Amino acid sequence: MSRRVLPVGDDALVVELTSGAEAEALHAELLRRRAAGLLTVREIVPAARTVLLDGLADPVRWIAELTTAEIPPAPARAGEVVELPVRYDGPDLADVAAHWGVGEEEVVRIHAGVEFRVAFCGFAPGFGYLTGLPEGYDVPRRATPRTSVPAGAVALAGPYTGVYPRSSPGGWQLIGTTDAVLWDHTRVPAALLSPGTRVRFVPTARPGAAGGGGAAG
Amino acid sequence: MSDRALSVVRAGALTTVQDRGRPGHAHLGVSRSGALDAPAAALVNRLVGNPPDAAVLETTLTGCALRPRCAVTVAVGGAPCPVRVNGRPAPWGAPLRVPAGAVLDVGAAVLGLRTYVAVGGGVVVEPVLGSRSTDLLSGLGPVPLTDGTVLPLGAEPAGHTRVDVAPQPAPPAELVLRVTLGPREDWFTAAAVRAFTSRAYRVSPASNRIGLRTEGPALERALTGELASEGMVLGAVQVPPDGRPVVFLADHPTTGGYPVIGVVRPADLPAAAQAVPGTPVRFLAVRRR
Repeated sequence: MSRRVLPVGDDALVVELTSGAEAEALHAELLRRRAAGLLTVREIVPAARTVLLDGLADPVRWIAELTTAEIPPAPARAGEVVELPVRYDGPDLADVAAHWGVGEEEVVRIHAGVEFRVAFCGFAPGFGYLTGLPEGYDVPRRATPRTSVPAGAVALAGPYTGVYPRSSPGGWQLIGTTDAVLWDHTRVPAALLSPGTRVRFVPTARPGAAGGGGAAG
Repeated sequence: MSDRALSVVRAGALTTVQDRGRPGHAHLGVSRSGALDAPAAALVNRLVGNPPDAAVLETTLTGCALRPRCAVTVAVGGAPCPVRVNGRPAPWGAPLRVPAGAVLDVGAAVLGLRTYVAVGGGVVVEPVLGSRSTDLLSGLGPVPLTDGTVLPLGAEPAGHTRVDVAPQPAPPAELVLRVTLGPREDWFTAAAVRAFTSRAYRVSPASNRIGLRTEGPALERALTGELASEGMVLGAVQVPPDGRPVVFLADHPTTGGYPVIGVVRPADLPAAAQAVPGTPVRFLAVRRR
């Protein structure tokens, strides 16, 4: 087993796993233990291949436990799939198609055919790093980040898909736009996407984009 | 709006509403936020009789001026500065009565950077995820104050502390930050780790509520690959590609992909909040508790 547990300051630990799936499994197990009253911790933050536990009362005791604990696979997520309607009209759609070696329509078919999961959040409130694209579909970040990416932009970088919750600078490849509200602090929960949420992108009409000379409207 | 309100006559360089922040939401990408000099914020709240979680104002360098619509008790603390009520000198670090319509001027910091202003009843803007703090990275909470902003106030507490002056630590002439190495010190050369814990750094003017940036010897990496994004704690010392350590403060990002060479003891961060650009910084390696 190659799981490593590294101390972070005096009251936090980062658990290093070998894959995103293992990190998701550990995250699920830690949430279960916290809900059962077996773990007292301020923050549990899953990331690409790690899980951070911040604000532990007794980190030393947890080093041994987390190193050796048997971690069951993440349970199948109950609950609905969040469907995000998307216009695949992003300015980088052609670049992504070139990276994948397919046509633009095929990019839409592939991207909309995948069930994604939120592996972790970060960057901005409500920004989820979504995994699910098969291997080989990684794309690089843009060489020069945009100074402003509009809210609702559907974007790719590395193995991840994400949706910008609000306008911000960004270096991801933009393939589409959604009107879904990713973050609304007056809503409960405020974040539409949280770690573990299942997500599907549903293509909506692309006026003028289909071959054959654009429908009116 | 009721008379229990405060209008902003002069917002200053950066004045924000802050309380004890919103921990517990890092997994959603929400920073903890909250007053950078938390002991100073707690003290001014105590002086006016507020509970410790009441929202106060945090000014940066140039202070601010406020006109309450009702008589209020205020206390000014943190970075020392001249305080005036309708132009007349008033005490710093002690409770102070300001009549309705008078102008409370919180002057520029004489030492340090961030002054805190507590008002009896606290600032009661709408909380977001349980906190009224402005989070500059996430864009949560009220936007920074501008001239003319009107802030609602809570009910005046029953009484305030009777003190002539409350002692507060002086802003640091030299910032000594105790740091436990890791989790990624092995991403740096042994020489870089030695330099980090022995050489002199200075506070960079590019510092803000997100991070205390430093100027000094660049830390050389032993590993050049990309670290996958991982969770970040308050006080984490992240080293970006330019090699200059950045100490994460309250509005820090919740995940990040640059290696963390060490973590500063949280008890040392209030002093970091008061260190003006140019202040010498030493990172002192300490054993994990």
